[in-house]
Amino acid sequence: MALLEVNNLSKRFGGLQAVKDVSFSVERGMIKAVIGPNGAGKTTLFNLLSGFAEPDTGEVRFRDAWIHGRGPHQIAASGISRTFQHIRLFSHMTALENVTVGRHVRSRAGFVAGMLSLPWTHREEREIREKSLNAMEFLGIAHLAHDEATSLSYGQQRAVELSRALAAEPEMLLLDEPAAGLNMRETADLANLIVRIRDRGITVLIVEHDMSLVMKISDEVVVLSYGEKIADEKPLAVQKDPQVISVYLGEDEC
Amino acid sequence: MFLELFFQYLVAGLTYGTIYAIVGIGFNIVYNTTGIINFAQGEFVMLGGMIAVSLHSLLPLPIAIAAAVVLTMAIGALIEMTFIRWLVKPAVLRMIIITIGISILVREAALHLWGESVRSLPYFTGNEISAFSFGGVRVSPQVLWTLGICSVIVISLNLFFKYTMLGREMRACASNRDAAALCGIPTRNMVTLSFALAAGIGALAGAVVSPITQTSYSIGTGLAIKGFTVAILGGLGNSMAAVAAGFILGILESFSIWVMPTAYKDAIAITILLAMLFVRPSGLFGNKEAFRLKDF
Repeated sequence: MALLEVNNLSKRFGGLQAVKDVSFSVERGMIKAVIGPNGAGKTTLFNLLSGFAEPDTGEVRFRDAWIHGRGPHQIAASGISRTFQHIRLFSHMTALENVTVGRHVRSRAGFVAGMLSLPWTHREEREIREKSLNAMEFLGIAHLAHDEATSLSYGQQRAVELSRALAAEPEMLLLDEPAAGLNMRETADLANLIVRIRDRGITVLIVEHDMSLVMKISDEVVVLSYGEKIADEKPLAVQKDPQVISVYLGEDEC
Repeated sequence: MFLELFFQYLVAGLTYGTIYAIVGIGFNIVYNTTGIINFAQGEFVMLGGMIAVSLHSLLPLPIAIAAAVVLTMAIGALIEMTFIRWLVKPAVLRMIIITIGISILVREAALHLWGESVRSLPYFTGNEISAFSFGGVRVSPQVLWTLGICSVIVISLNLFFKYTMLGREMRACASNRDAAALCGIPTRNMVTLSFALAAGIGALAGAVVSPITQTSYSIGTGLAIKGFTVAILGGLGNSMAAVAAGFILGILESFSIWVMPTAYKDAIAITILLAMLFVRPSGLFGNKEAFRLKDF
């Protein structure tokens, strides 16, 4: 059984059919990419999957539960983390504090316990710090732990956001254009990183413009055009698909 | 003699200042998580005092105060769940009108329940005439209790927001609600919690200060205006600046008695409030640039 299964998902915004009857599945342990020209509905699709928008029709199954129509915090708690195309960090908080918030879904700290700071909350707090620092080490930004998150460079902020997503120890990670604004070397590093994340057993679904990145690391690629799925194949096959070439690869990429 | 009088006024100003600061912090806590000004904040202070006074006839003082705080927190949470929670992306103005409505509702309910009489808790230690003398400056023990407990509130709030998961999650919600939801945080519950927290600290301050200032069903509105002034003076959303602003307002009011009739005391807060709103709405310590980006 696939880890994530999307069935006939549709979403309309007024007169715009942003996502139309899209179905695909993601197997456990793979890197799957969603590509398509601007306005093809990729980000809407991600919003539907992560609960920021509710689909008009269609279903999403994650593991053995139907998650469409659930709120973002419930979907996050069920094991899906995501990053945004435009970085959304918590301002006025250090990088480490940002990452620890990501641990929420793995922490028990309830309201009363938090207020009274019961003994085991200290133990948990220590564990939260350790795991958060581990996630930051994995991304090579542990030395920035105590800097204010929003004062860091763009690439570092991306890494903080990714650490925050990883701190939740998700089963599945949704990456929304992670290479946006990165130079070629940084993009190559990112490719390695995504593969290493996959090797940790985390299934990755990635929306990306950068074709070289997608072709290099993805196991399968879904192509969207005007909200509809026009291909769902291995990268090599996608590159040869005439329909894909006409709507996407044929266009100037800039 | 001049110097003694000076310090006497200073102590009085500090006492009132801490209460204003606590109300101002209450405004900020709710503002940070919801972006609205909760004009019912002063009513929480009133409820804390009134409930504590009522319970004190049955229970020992510390337990009565603790119970009053818990009850007021529950009322704060209930208010949020009844009136605010189900609104989907409401306009800021609408939310503010709602909180003004809530404050009238609470005040009228209190009038119905407790009548118009002015009440107060007994002094925690000593009585009305006992006082410590610091080089000629006489300080009532209740003033020390008030300053002490309010300092504890401010310090523990700081620790709570900085060092507990829950506190960080509330800050995360304040900073970016979408990203917080993405981290699995039930953001609506955080809003409820912020109301409960603001109600709780308001109630504690209301109970502690009641022996000095007395309390009645109608004190909430005045305190809300003072607290709002303090919140604006410090810069909305900035709790530590509210403490400084609270002291500034308290001390200004206290010294105004030297040069103006007592009746004008309350005019000071309103004057400062209007002046700040006209001249520097981002607050004394606020950043003008950042303020422009806020919706309210």
